[in-house]
Amino acid sequence: MSEPSTREPSLRDLSRRKLITTGLAATAGVAGLGVAARLAQKYGLIPPDHGGIYGLGETLTYASQRLLTRHSLAREFSRSQISERPFPNEIEPPTDEFKRLQAGGFADWRLSISGLVARPASFSIDQLKSYPSRSQITMLQCEEGWSYIAEWIGVPLSQILQAVEVLPQARYVVYFSIEPDTWESIDMADALHPQTFLTYGMNGSELPVGHGGPLRLRVPRQVGYKNVKFITHLKVTDSLKGVGKGLGSASAEAGYAWYAGI
Amino acid sequence: MGATWYYSRVGDSACIPSTASAVPTAVPAAVPTTTATPRHSALVRVTHWITTLCFFALLVSGAEIVISHPRFYWGETGNDLTPTLFKLPIPASRNLVPTGYGYVLPDQNGWSRYLHFQSAWLLVFTGLLYVVFGLWNGHFRRNLLPEGADLSWRALSTSIASHLRFERPIAAEASSYNVLQRLSYLFVIFILFPFVIWTGLAMSPAFVSAVPAAVNVLGGQQSARTLHFFVSLALVLFLLVHVGMVWFAGFRSRMRAMITGTVITGRAATTKEGA
Repeated sequence: MSEPSTREPSLRDLSRRKLITTGLAATAGVAGLGVAARLAQKYGLIPPDHGGIYGLGETLTYASQRLLTRHSLAREFSRSQISERPFPNEIEPPTDEFKRLQAGGFADWRLSISGLVARPASFSIDQLKSYPSRSQITMLQCEEGWSYIAEWIGVPLSQILQAVEVLPQARYVVYFSIEPDTWESIDMADALHPQTFLTYGMNGSELPVGHGGPLRLRVPRQVGYKNVKFITHLKVTDSLKGVGKGLGSASAEAGYAWYAGI
Repeated sequence: MGATWYYSRVGDSACIPSTASAVPTAVPAAVPTTTATPRHSALVRVTHWITTLCFFALLVSGAEIVISHPRFYWGETGNDLTPTLFKLPIPASRNLVPTGYGYVLPDQNGWSRYLHFQSAWLLVFTGLLYVVFGLWNGHFRRNLLPEGADLSWRALSTSIASHLRFERPIAAEASSYNVLQRLSYLFVIFILFPFVIWTGLAMSPAFVSAVPAAVNVLGGQQSARTLHFFVSLALVLFLLVHVGMVWFAGFRSRMRAMITGTVITGRAATTKEGA
């Protein structure tokens, strides 16, 4: 039978010593938060959409997952688990330029790379295919809740970034679709991740247009909207401030989180 | 049943500094005065209301997220082209989601997802504070762990029967939880909340890349989503019963206890109980 504490604190307990220790603790707490913020900034743990009322939650999610998952691999599945009916999400009606490129079998499709690279370059789909191709059987899940598993074939983005020699100060890769106002960005942990692919094939054949063909960036540790279809341009940068409104992606500008590992 | 029994149940008074000293050990039934008796510690009250706030934010945003795809599956995958385990009889926020409805609800997923994760973080920190503090100061042992005698079949069936007869709680329950309350609260705190966090994390492609077992043991990512939905429903059911019981037991006195930390004992209580 446990008695409640017999301690009866009163104002008398609030001695000078207590005031001093409380003051010191508060100062240490504030200083600690300041140091934590500086360290988080230094180690790239603060997402570009850290402002606003939801900034704290976003920063906690991004920072904790970055610390936990920097090198972890997305789950891969067996060939028998590939979805028989992968759902191709809605796409905008194709632009005239897309139709023209499609009519030519995408032979004139180009992926240009600019920004913090030693040798800016432009690649055709065939040139991308000349690099050793890799495949992964991973899940694509939409933020809405639906999902499917497919085999994705392509070249790891890290290999192409190596070919154009990314400069050491690079921190983000911004990627643009041929669809107007469709662009996203990822940090270097995701850009250099072995499962981040410039994808040109799916389930043993060419990547269908409905799934982003001829070229889609596959980021399997983030949900669907980070896996942008119809990629035409990559920009390597050390800051997202100058890109769009500075929030890091078109979806962040539309009110969706920049980091979508959930 | 004397003062010692009474005090052993009101363990939270240890955390209430100022009023505790004013409480007499036993109030004579004949004295026509009322006294504020300590009930809930400041930590319990603050974490209770932060949890309430977070839960409503999670509920509203969670419902908004479900509206974008009110279809549920079992296993690893599921989409508009695959059969469902079940679907909710509501329209979706997109016309291509087969729900059987011709009209479309507005898509609110942007702020809903931001709010969902923000309140989840706040709830996790609040829950950790509550659990760590509750283990440290004996809150769980004193106030929530049922005593051995209360767990006998006879005691349990008595309590269940009195609940089923909708009997008003006895006055002692204003200052202590009955055995069914204790078991429900422990179930919510140590089973439902951890499970809703787990099933939530199991839907994160980044989290499960580091901890694949979190989703594999649940049977797949869509299973995790379906389980997350059902655990949320269980929590909503708890909320409804909880609020209903608070109403039934005396809304003003129970709210007063959870806001100010004290219950009024004395004349009112003795007459009601019949002493």
